[in-house]
Amino acid sequence: MPQNALKIKDHADLFNEPEYQALLAEKRANFECPHPEAKVQEVIEWTKSWDYREKNLARQAVTINPAKACQPLGAVFAAAGFEETLSFVHGSQGCVAYYRSHLARHFKEPSSAVSSSMTEDAAVFGGLNNMIEGLANAYTLYKPKMIAVSTTCMAEVIGDDLNAFIQNSKKAGSIPQDFDVPFAHTPAFVGSHTTGYDNMIKGILTHFWEGQTRVEGDGINIIPGFDGYSVGNLRELKRIFDLMGVPYTILSDTSDVYDTPSDGEYRMYSGGTTLEATRAALNAKATISLQADCTTKTMEYIASKGQQVFAFNYPLGVQATDALLVKITELTGRPVPEALVLERGRLVDAYADSMNYVHGKSFAVYGDPDFVTGMARFLIEVGAEPVHLLATNGSKAWAKALEEEMAASPFGKQAKVWAGKDLWHLRSLLFTEPADYLIGNSYGKYLEKDCDIPLIRLTFPIFDRHHHHRFPTLGYHGGLQVFVKLLDKIFDVLDAKTSKTGISFDLTR
Amino acid sequence: MSLDSTNAPAYQNDGEFHQQLIKEVLAAYPDKSAKRRAKHLSVSGADKPDCGVKSNIKSIPGVMTIRGCSYAGSKGVVWGPIKDMVHISHGPVGCGHYSWSQRRNYNTGTAGIDSFVTMQVTSDFQERDIVFGGDKKLASIIDELDDLFPLNKGITIQSECPIGLIGDDIEAVSRTKSKQIEKPIVPVRCEGFRGVSQSLGHHIANDAIRDWIFDRKGPKAAVETTPYDVTIIGDYNIGGDAWSSRILLEEIGLRVVAQWSGDGSLAELERGPQSKLNLIHCYRSMNYIVRHMEEKHGTPWLEYNFFGPSQIAASLREIASHFDDTIKENAEKVIAKYQPLVDAVLARFKPRLNGKTVMLYVGGLRPRHVMTAYEDLGMQIVGTGYEFAHRDDYQRTASYVKEGTLIYDDVSGYELEKFIERIRPDLVGSGIKEKYPTQKLGVPFRQMHSWDYSGPYHGYDGFAIFARDMDIAVNSPIWSIFKAPWDKAA
Ligand code: SF4
Ligand code: SF4
Repeated sequence: MPQNALKIKDHADLFNEPEYQALLAEKRANFECPHPEAKVQEVIEWTKSWDYREKNLARQAVTINPAKACQPLGAVFAAAGFEETLSFVHGSQGCVAYYRSHLARHFKEPSSAVSSSMTEDAAVFGGLNNMIEGLANAYTLYKPKMIAVSTTCMAEVIGDDLNAFIQNSKKAGSIPQDFDVPFAHTPAFVGSHTTGYDNMIKGILTHFWEGQTRVEGDGINIIPGFDGYSVGNLRELKRIFDLMGVPYTILSDTSDVYDTPSDGEYRMYSGGTTLEATRAALNAKATISLQADCTTKTMEYIASKGQQVFAFNYPLGVQATDALLVKITELTGRPVPEALVLERGRLVDAYADSMNYVHGKSFAVYGDPDFVTGMARFLIEVGAEPVHLLATNGSKAWAKALEEEMAASPFGKQAKVWAGKDLWHLRSLLFTEPADYLIGNSYGKYLEKDCDIPLIRLTFPIFDRHHHHRFPTLGYHGGLQVFVKLLDKIFDVLDAKTSKTGISFDLTR
Repeated sequence: MSLDSTNAPAYQNDGEFHQQLIKEVLAAYPDKSAKRRAKHLSVSGADKPDCGVKSNIKSIPGVMTIRGCSYAGSKGVVWGPIKDMVHISHGPVGCGHYSWSQRRNYNTGTAGIDSFVTMQVTSDFQERDIVFGGDKKLASIIDELDDLFPLNKGITIQSECPIGLIGDDIEAVSRTKSKQIEKPIVPVRCEGFRGVSQSLGHHIANDAIRDWIFDRKGPKAAVETTPYDVTIIGDYNIGGDAWSSRILLEEIGLRVVAQWSGDGSLAELERGPQSKLNLIHCYRSMNYIVRHMEEKHGTPWLEYNFFGPSQIAASLREIASHFDDTIKENAEKVIAKYQPLVDAVLARFKPRLNGKTVMLYVGGLRPRHVMTAYEDLGMQIVGTGYEFAHRDDYQRTASYVKEGTLIYDDVSGYELEKFIERIRPDLVGSGIKEKYPTQKLGVPFRQMHSWDYSGPYHGYDGFAIFARDMDIAVNSPIWSIFKAPWDKAA
């Protein structure tokens, strides 16, 4: 009998027991009509070939294992970073269950959002009644300070008009006239979750800023963009700005809502940018986006209000952090304080101590465009060599700019940038032109397994490793974390490889 | 039929208190919604053969229902686990992304070669597909898939919301392409706006098996039949559940000719009607197709419950009673063989779990099926409810629950949180969205959809894991340090 009450085996061990191995083999042989083993092997080998790669890269219609989600996810994430704000997603309810689960699985935290639960009749008559009733229920039950409305693709296909619907709901008395209900249309068939982020931030700013007169002050707005590491990163950024003495407003601060304590109380809302600060952000001197691609429309809108705008690409490592700090000094006149200068020196010191191990190692990176750009720059900064840089939601313009930039570096010159490609494409790329390491998210574990290339998880979503997002990747401290992640993986691989013979299994490395 | 629990401990719940809680939560709603929600909340009692709740009704907008949609019921539950077919999430990228590899439907085979369960294949609709229709794209997708995955046995099309709204004819595309590639292509109209929950998606998915697999002309997988042929239906092999069930059925001398749909294959789907007896675990999600097989092919079916030793033993006897004496004797032998394991598990965990209270909120089966497994461990169920059960499920539930149990159908986030806060059970079993709010309160929690990444929980081997996991949850030392010492002093 495989099971034992004193040493209980769960799935990870149980099915390796001989009883189960026999059961699985017999099931397969007798009942599944499987393809002959030789045929399976032949196809496995074929999928590793250049021939397969060409077929795979030539596909026009189907998307397989894309590294992107749909717009409303980004909108729900963006809205969660405002004070006591509840997301209301207009359309069918299944989508909302999915966004909530997806965010909860990554952050290991509660994730709240409501749906207008549209069904077949709403498809025919429109979802106005669902909105009227839904806003009243959400407002009464969950007592938010603000409700941020976005849409699923159902509402978009039937063409529901959010602005009119919200006005009508207010007229019908479901929520008070002066209650804040910003909105964003977030069609899932346009762009990705980063587009949804952009649309929602723009929607919220538009709601608070339209009709106000701007009186320029000396504050700086920071828009972080869609970031699975927001908890660690935003705390780190706040620390940096506080050290510099810069008056700042983070527009969508999700660092608290996705990191609430366990102390006997459930906080559905926590922290976030206050509505007052959001309104006042119109008067900032400038707005800095940390992820250009996540904020195109938002930044255009802010510029149209007369602010200076600057966009970065997920600044990772020494030089990217330098550039961010230089910009802030330039805008505010505040010098970079000694404490940060020391941190910078310590990160460079860490590079100097360990660069031997990363120098010349090749990396494939995938994720959102800003992450991929930021990571590629980090790699060439430490002497590593990016070979494949892939963003399913990256544009051709993004790919061209990054490829040119990489070509100018001796470490980046072999990099190929793949926009609009998915992880099944990447599988072919890695079989035909392998990299030493792969950087991505949890979905990369299938590539790691198939292609035998070690995976380093550094971007959203991370489901199968816990709590990494509570530590920063941005700033000099964050850079250290990224660097150590690379090193740890490199050392683990080296130890595993050398432990077989014992030769080179060195104590000190 | 549902199996009566035999040696369940006698306990009663505080019905009056639960009535009071229902009043309290209803008071928080606007009047109209309170009236609608009132029909879904109840306290069990002998006078309520359907637990006293209405079910399978539209969710109220804005209340934070925990339910999903039809697509989740079809792609996520019924079809997704069929491993040698490629399942296209047809429409925009989101639905397939969020459901990608999340249900832990274990399967053998090589991913991307002859098994496709852990892949997210989507038509990734763009604006032009919405405007001009997606049928041409779908046809090209099928060609590309058959090219890139030559060992696929067929393809299913899992419709997302837009498909039904833009008037695409995926059935026509399926017929044409199926002829061309000479494999089944199954269009499933499981758009998320249909129905009120995952449930209609199950039904639509069942009908698609009937119409596009059973009724498909052409050669089908055949196997010599024996008098001992059974199928496992409505087991999705989450964490390997179907395997730890199959082993018992094989041990009593039966031949499991098909698994639906966990670790299932096209051949097994096609073979279903040849079975002598269809054994159905998740009644909610697959009762439609077993009824069809009964009507059309005369195959009888039987509900069983492989959670916890008392139901496993009762189920094994009930299953064996449909066969000859050898099988009946084998069933007794198998029950006896595992008794020492059961005794050892109970000896180890029952003293640690006895008398602990549990609240459940799951999909369409487990809110009743796992109750007796908890009771085997001496635990008591104080509240239970379903996301998408129908009246027949609540009728079955009535024979499981004790007097005074709090019943909540399609519970809202608000209600569940309040119920948990006021009852403060020793354990809550529900889903990922409910896990973290509950734990913040200091109340132990186990995910009862995904087994919290553990399992299997079915069968005797699974029961040991179930008992261990509940003990980990309830008796972890971490619950005692929620309050800081200076708070305790205050
Ligand atoms: S793609 Fe559409 S139906 Fe699917 S989750 Fe996104 S909004 Fe919902
Ligand atoms: S066991 Fe529950 S969750 Fe699973 S398929 Fe059945 S109803 Fe759905």
